[in-house]
Amino acid sequence: MQFDSLADFFNMGGYAFYVWLAYGVTFFSLGTLVISSLRQKRKVLNDIAKKIQREDRLKANRSN
Amino acid sequence: MKKGISFRQAFFTLLKRDLQIAIRHKGDIFNPLLFFILVVTLFPLGIGPEPQVLSRVAPGVIWVAALLASMLSLERLFKADYTDGSLEQMLLSPQPLPLMVLAKVLAHWILTGVPLILVAPLLAVLLHLEDNSYGALIATLALGTPVLSLLGAIGVALTVGLHKGGVLLSLLILPLYIPVLIFATTAIDAAGMNLPYSGHLAIIGAMLVGSLVLAPFAIGASLRVSTN
Amino acid sequence: MWKWLHSYADPERAYNLSGKLLPWFAMLATALVGIGSVWGLAFAPTDYQQGDSYRIIFIHVPAASMSMAAYMAMASSAFIGLVWQIKSADWAAAAIAPIGAVITFIALITGATWGKPMWGTWWVWDARLTSELVLLFLYLGVIALYASFEDKVLAARAAGILAIVGVINIPIIKYSVEWWSSLHQPSTIRITEKSTMSTDMLYPLLINIAGFGLMIGAITLIRFRSEILARNGMRPWVRELAIAEGVK
Repeated sequence: MQFDSLADFFNMGGYAFYVWLAYGVTFFSLGTLVISSLRQKRKVLNDIAKKIQREDRLKANRSN
Repeated sequence: MKKGISFRQAFFTLLKRDLQIAIRHKGDIFNPLLFFILVVTLFPLGIGPEPQVLSRVAPGVIWVAALLASMLSLERLFKADYTDGSLEQMLLSPQPLPLMVLAKVLAHWILTGVPLILVAPLLAVLLHLEDNSYGALIATLALGTPVLSLLGAIGVALTVGLHKGGVLLSLLILPLYIPVLIFATTAIDAAGMNLPYSGHLAIIGAMLVGSLVLAPFAIGASLRVSTN
Repeated sequence: MWKWLHSYADPERAYNLSGKLLPWFAMLATALVGIGSVWGLAFAPTDYQQGDSYRIIFIHVPAASMSMAAYMAMASSAFIGLVWQIKSADWAAAAIAPIGAVITFIALITGATWGKPMWGTWWVWDARLTSELVLLFLYLGVIALYASFEDKVLAARAAGILAIVGVINIPIIKYSVEWWSSLHQPSTIRITEKSTMSTDMLYPLLINIAGFGLMIGAITLIRFRSEILARNGMRPWVRELAIAEGVK
């Protein structure tokens, strides 16, 4: 450990704002990217499932 | 009918046709030119009339305005042909597509690039450009504007089938224009300080040769995608 | 070799293969980025010149180096898709583009937050920063072009052409920008030379570079899989999957 205490670590030798801003922005945007990518799959599958349901309903109505 | 027409004939027929169409619709020639003049006149109003300041920014202002004017006029390059179907005929014709595309781009450059080169010295007077820089200004515009037309035509060919082309087009092609802008303005600056600028011109010339060789193929491929 | 490769051009096999690879990529990436960042933030020695602000390097350099690599990956898969008409390659290119844009954005932001304490300004028109900014524009152009076509087969081809044109232009842009900034900035600011770095600083940096690469790979796999599903919505295997996992 390079720092004496936890407070020292968060202080980053006086550069706390810049260092934590950089790391914060990085991990925030990466996190957003990962979450939106994961959601994309869910959305695609939902859309296809809805489309199938619609087709099934159409088919059922037509056969009546 | 069996023999068909030679490549050269096809090239010049298309070139002549495009020039004729443009001469009948005079707005196509004058609107981009007016836009160019207007943008340049806005700058002194925006940053003040001091001659020293103006002559410092003159190369950049003229070139940025030329860039925007060229982009504005490019939007119409394939549009009319696309809507009336003659573009599709062109794609189906036995002549090689890159050649036909080159004819169209050349016509576009004659109609918009050349007038721009002719007007630029007048605007340079308004912006108090250094006296030594006029030669460099003309030379960079003469070598640079064909590059703009060729590179821009790729973007236009990609977006011709889309309804909302305008803003997208600027996003696609302005980044590609950066090298031309950099070398042209530094050449003019160098000329203003009585330094040699033939090296800059050689690089712009190299870009011109490179884009002359490669861009028609990219434009042709893009047109095939857009008209699919 | 070719036969083996072509079998993975089949969407279902590509989907399943990328599904098998994804956990490995994700685990390794998380582990490496975690180790690298913690090591870099807490255990690497303080730089005697820049103090602790240099710790931004552990994310800035990986992001910057990966931003270019991701563009190359995108353009090469676009090229493969265009020339050999392999649709999976087109989908891979479409999957990489947004990731590359985010990585480039990160490189720019971390560069700015590093520049402020070191150079006293958030932004300088330095060659590397400028070409990174242009790279971001190129990414955004590809993404916007891909998004504006309704027909995604055409969209992939158009965006692919643009990506390849961009690749030819990147060296020219880089060269011109470097030349331009050396002309306009006589007393230029230097980022610390890498060769003088001690190994205690170098190891976490290398770990993070590898971690960022793997992470890009992992996110690409995630996006690639959903791209496959979206483009193959009519295939029976996708429909079965949708019925199994879709709306309740």
